[in-house]
Parts: sequence; structure tokens; C-alpha cells
Amino acid sequence: MKSAVILFPGTNRENDAIKAIEQASGKRPEIIWHGDNDLPDVDLIVIPGGFSYGDYLRCGSMAAKSPIMRAVITRANNGVAILGICNGFQILTESGLLPGALMRNSSLKFICKRTNLLVENADTSFTNQYKLNEIINVAVAHHDGNYFADDETLNRLEGEGQVVFRYSDIDGNVNDETCLNGSQRNIAGIINDKGNVMGMMPHPENAINNLYGGSDGCGLFNSIMEAI
Amino acid sequence: MKAKVNITLKNGVLDPQGKAIEHALLSLGFTGIDNVRQGKVIEIELDEDNAEKAQADIKNMCEKLLANTVIENYDIELLG
Repeated sequence: MKSAVILFPGTNRENDAIKAIEQASGKRPEIIWHGDNDLPDVDLIVIPGGFSYGDYLRCGSMAAKSPIMRAVITRANNGVAILGICNGFQILTESGLLPGALMRNSSLKFICKRTNLLVENADTSFTNQYKLNEIINVAVAHHDGNYFADDETLNRLEGEGQVVFRYSDIDGNVNDETCLNGSQRNIAGIINDKGNVMGMMPHPENAINNLYGGSDGCGLFNSIMEAI
Repeated sequence: MKAKVNITLKNGVLDPQGKAIEHALLSLGFTGIDNVRQGKVIEIELDEDNAEKAQADIKNMCEKLLANTVIENYDIELLG
């Protein structure tokens, strides 16, 4: 499997993403700079976390308009798998590849902690190695992860199985108490209607080795290998 | 020509920052306040002298970058 990781000024999780992809696929992804106009021929494009362009204007808004994103949008429309993590999720919503927006956490605080996620759809290219309703434990590290969309969009996402992960407790309870950032309906990760573009605020790429506190994120990268 | 773009959160979109400002004002002893909302102001100088053209250009800028119309409204003021 050939893959690319996009690098913007301010991206800081690219090495974590590279490590996770390399571990799952045995192949090192190519690093692509935001100012490039073209992408190599790849099966997977990952937009990693960080603070692209210093989060100026709105998180992800500048990156979404950068030259490389035009190429990413074309690839997305051609069915290539795209994964946006944290700032990558913000960039995907700002570029229009995923619906909704990521707003300031309801607590107004930067949240850096471990959280449980309920797997709501285990039938995607990104989650086929998980079981439906499985609970996975991963880290979040963000200031603007509060998912917002209008009710019509939220109903459509839920109706079409496009809500992939929700913030939950260890028993899978999804409620206001387990919603660490104020996201509507506890949404932590969504997928587009074609099933090839996924965005999530938590960091599966930081949970790939039990020596570093957990390996629940491996399932996501192994799922992509299985699907491609 | 100079223009000012006011960007505000849409009704129905929760504004935790506005809420925090409201709480701070109340804690300072200001009373009779409600529904504090925080927005952004962007000022732009344009070479364009035609107001209609300037308005159209800035609307395009708002739709493409300045505002996220999923959560924000924008209002354009031309200052002449």
C-alpha cells in the first residue's frame, strides 16, 4: 500500500502518523509539502494533527485553501482513502470534504487526556478490524474539537451510519458526562457518504504499542490495510 | 476603498466564549446583561472604487475563506 502524509507549516503529529502507517503496512509514507500542487500515486492520504498556519482565522481554514488541498479534494472525489486526524479533521471540514465544523471546546480548555470511544460503525474502510459497539481507548489533545452541524445534517449522518466514533465511558455509555468537549451527540469521528473520507479528533496513531500505553489504535490502521 | 467584515456565530450555535465573557461581566458586577456573543471583525483595504464590485468581491472572499457559513454569518460594511 502506498501512502502520503501531508505536511503544513505547524503540523506536529506527522511522525506519529508515519510510524503508525509504517507499522501497519511495512512501507514508509511519502511526506508531501502543503505548497506542492501534485500528489504521488497513492492509496491513502493522511492529514495529521497539529496547528496548521497557527490556527489563524479558524482551525484548518488556511490549510484547507492551500495548493495541496486542491489535489487532495480531486483524489477524494476519485475515491482515494483520506484520513484526517485532529487538525486533519478540522481541515477536512473546512475544505468541504466532510460536513459540519469543529468549534472551541465547551469548557474553553485545551483537553489532553485518554478517552474511550464507542465504535458505531465497524463496516468502513477505517474500522473493519473493530467490532460493532467495541470500546477503544485513545488519547485526545485539542482545543477545538467540539463538533457542530445542524440537526438535519446530524440526523442524516446518524441515519446513514456516518457517525463512526462517539465519546463514551468504559461501558459504552454515551451521554453529556462522557462528552468531553461538547460535541453534538458525542460525535468523535465521521465518514463521508461515499465511505472514503474519514475525520476524527482523537489520536489512534498514538495508541499503537502497549509499551506506550495502549494499542487500540492499531485496528484503525490495520482496517485500512485490509480495505485497500 | 476600505471595508469592514463583521463575522458572528449563527443563532442556535452555542458560543462558549460568549458565555465565559458574560460570566466575567456578571462577576464584575454588571447586571441586566444576557446573550453575550463573540465575533470577529476583519478590515480590508481594496483598490476597487466601484462599491457594487467591492461588495461582490468581499462576498466572494467571505464565502471562500473569511467565514465558515456552517456556523457563521457575515455582514459587509463599505467605509468609502
